[in-house]
Amino acid sequence: MIRSEPRALPSAAWTWAAPFLALAITVLLGVMLFTAMGKDPVAALRVFFWEPIKSPYALGELVVKATPLLIIALGLGLCFRANVWNIGAEGQYVMGAIAASGVALQLGGVAGAWVWVILAGVLGGMVWAALVAWLRERFHANEILVSLMLVYVAVQVLGYLVFGPWKDPAGYNFPQTQTFDAATRIPRFMAGSRMHLGLVLALLGVVGLWVFLFRTRAGWAQQVAGAAPMAARYAGFSSRQALWVALLVSGGAAGLAGALEVAGPMGQLTPYVPVGYGFAAIIVAFVGRLHPVGMVFSALLMSMFYIGGELAQSRLGLPKSITGVFQGLLLFSLLACDTLVAYRLRWLKGA
Amino acid sequence: MPEPLLTLAGITKRYPSVVANDAVSLRVMPGEIHAVLGENGAGKSTLMKVIYGVTQPDEGRIFFQGEVVRIRNPQVARQLGIAMVFQHFSLFDSLSVAQNVWLGLDAKWTLPEVRARIVDKAAQYGLDMHPDRPVHTLSVGEMQRVEIIRALLTDPRLLILDEPTSVLTPQAVDKLFVVLRQLVAEGCSILYISHKLHEIRSLCTRCTVLRAGRVTGECDPRQESNASLSQRMIGSEPPTLVRQRRSPGPVLLQVTGLNLPRSEPFGVDLSGVTLSLRAGEVLGIAGVSGHGQRELLAALSGEDTRAQPQAIALEAEAVGAWPPPARRAWGLHFVPEERLGRGAVPGMDLAHNFLLTRHEAVGRGGWIHLRALQAQASAVIERFRVKASGPRALAQSLSGGNLQKFIVGREIDAKPRVLLLAQPTWGVDVGAAAQIRAAILGLRDAGCAVLVVSEELDELFELCDGLHVMAQGRLSARIDRDQADVALIGSWMSGLWPEQASATAGGGA
Repeated sequence: MIRSEPRALPSAAWTWAAPFLALAITVLLGVMLFTAMGKDPVAALRVFFWEPIKSPYALGELVVKATPLLIIALGLGLCFRANVWNIGAEGQYVMGAIAASGVALQLGGVAGAWVWVILAGVLGGMVWAALVAWLRERFHANEILVSLMLVYVAVQVLGYLVFGPWKDPAGYNFPQTQTFDAATRIPRFMAGSRMHLGLVLALLGVVGLWVFLFRTRAGWAQQVAGAAPMAARYAGFSSRQALWVALLVSGGAAGLAGALEVAGPMGQLTPYVPVGYGFAAIIVAFVGRLHPVGMVFSALLMSMFYIGGELAQSRLGLPKSITGVFQGLLLFSLLACDTLVAYRLRWLKGA
Repeated sequence: MPEPLLTLAGITKRYPSVVANDAVSLRVMPGEIHAVLGENGAGKSTLMKVIYGVTQPDEGRIFFQGEVVRIRNPQVARQLGIAMVFQHFSLFDSLSVAQNVWLGLDAKWTLPEVRARIVDKAAQYGLDMHPDRPVHTLSVGEMQRVEIIRALLTDPRLLILDEPTSVLTPQAVDKLFVVLRQLVAEGCSILYISHKLHEIRSLCTRCTVLRAGRVTGECDPRQESNASLSQRMIGSEPPTLVRQRRSPGPVLLQVTGLNLPRSEPFGVDLSGVTLSLRAGEVLGIAGVSGHGQRELLAALSGEDTRAQPQAIALEAEAVGAWPPPARRAWGLHFVPEERLGRGAVPGMDLAHNFLLTRHEAVGRGGWIHLRALQAQASAVIERFRVKASGPRALAQSLSGGNLQKFIVGREIDAKPRVLLLAQPTWGVDVGAAAQIRAAILGLRDAGCAVLVVSEELDELFELCDGLHVMAQGRLSARIDRDQADVALIGSWMSGLWPEQASATAGGGA
């Protein structure tokens, strides 16, 4: 018989080990899944874990997909540490993409226009998240529900724009905008790769978040608001400020990712902007232990799942939803493994 | 010699970081009130949980009425005739007394039957209790009565009481003791857990003393003194406090006619609270908790800024609307009642917990100077003899007493002009409590104005120069410690103090 006992203190070792155990369990379940579907599990694992890293170009693509995931996850990490549950990063991402596209279409060929495009994206995401903060503060609306529902509103707005006023007149009636002018596109820094400035911004974000969380009083206060609200009140930290900072930063980050995506790899606004990065970033944040450095690795892992899922679709004939299945498996395994941080298992001899 | 009712033989219970009970043996005879005395963390509660079947011992055997028993869960314990009243009540606020009792019983009685039995038991033991009252209308003492009646309905042979008097007024304690003595006269045995020495000496006939999980002695408490009992309990005698008379300085904190409606449904409205606190004195607020102490302290500390600005004054400043950091900057510091989660963040280390109320180690732009912060924390750990592995130790890894020493130390180290303390030694072991009290008196002698809110009258009498009593959101007039005694304060605790005195004191400001 196995019995779980609460630990006196959370286990530091399992805090680190749990994500790896969760990954192992995910792979194991994946193998069982592929076998059950009649596919060769070794080939499937190759597609997920080797193909995305086998060549410099593939690595570049891995980074391109990891970049928006990481940027959104960094914002969410701050949010979740403050106990503010922004589940609607996807909506803020879409709004960022919309705002960035609007500016890109307006400015056209103005030199350095991409800077304004990025700023517009950040602002768009912030506004969408500010709505959540305002509703929670003013009406005590639950931010989980509100932020999630606003995702669907954002997607509808996107649909309206690309099927309606912003549709490219020369685009054979496809629901998409004009391709953005080169001046509004995010600069790339390597020929032959789609890696772009977003990577630099993401890495700066990692450093910035680390410094903010672990070296400044404001960042520390933000976490106290999440970890012990009564202590935050006792100290005199404003819970209002914590709410707004959390939502504005995470909304801004999601909006930034949206801007980088439309003005980067995509180059135009289409109905296919929402691909679930905002939701996947929640998993990235938790698998990365809400730690800026941890999130770098979990973003790469999640990016692998995206690329592996696409390859599995084309090469092995697996359904596209396999990506989502993998993401879900990983999150659930992690939540299960996390009990080991607070509990330990004991094998009891027969009662 | 009659057969013992309960015998524990070599009970050992290990937890990941500590051996809570180390080969504990104990014998309870029929019809005796057996005290289990020990500091917090000595293993009393663990031992009771073992007897009541909440946890299983790793080693050792339990005999009940001469037979080996395995108490797998509380239901088994109740079938044997063991009942327990926990320190924290398990009652549903929205249900009536009878419904609550009914829910907690294993027996297959109907609600009307339970109702009738409650009335019977209450009459039998002189416990005043109406079975149809909703629990949220009861005082804490009455809630405890519900728990006791629930235990008595099972006709226990052994009743376990865990720190039963911590929530009672002195008069209510006397009433409880009458009930307990009657129970014992009828043949029931009682295991009485406490760290209050005088209670044990007046009530109990046997006493087993625990220290750090081991039995350090068994004695007849009626033949011991407080000093000899505490020597057994902590291994040394606590230092006696020396209070010197001092003439107090100017008024630093003045509260005038503070009215404050409750901010949450189960809170208390403050009405017409008036007090003045002078430099170099310790003022105590007695009273059963839940009568507005929490609300008053929140208004004084700045956590609740809804008060009229003029109602609270620090020297000449009307500060009713100031937030906590502004009051701290003036020199008003506060030690809250809850240590984990309010006075300290459980999952953060001691050094970072300094940042809650102190900002000496915060540089320009809010940059945290880690070295300075850790040095600051280390200094307090050393000065107040906090048992911790260092400034990097997590707050939740400390025992209650040590964490309290750290928090009190953190606030004293800030050299406050006014210090507010809520239940400064609640749940703290005797050694640490003595140290904290000495520190409070030291602060007073250094000219600080100290306000202590406590349920423990002994503590207030030991520390304070003057006393107020709080009941139902109102504050009594001040009475000098030398004119007060336990009986008087006890009667004031039910809200009956002479209004005349209150009016006179209130008129001064």
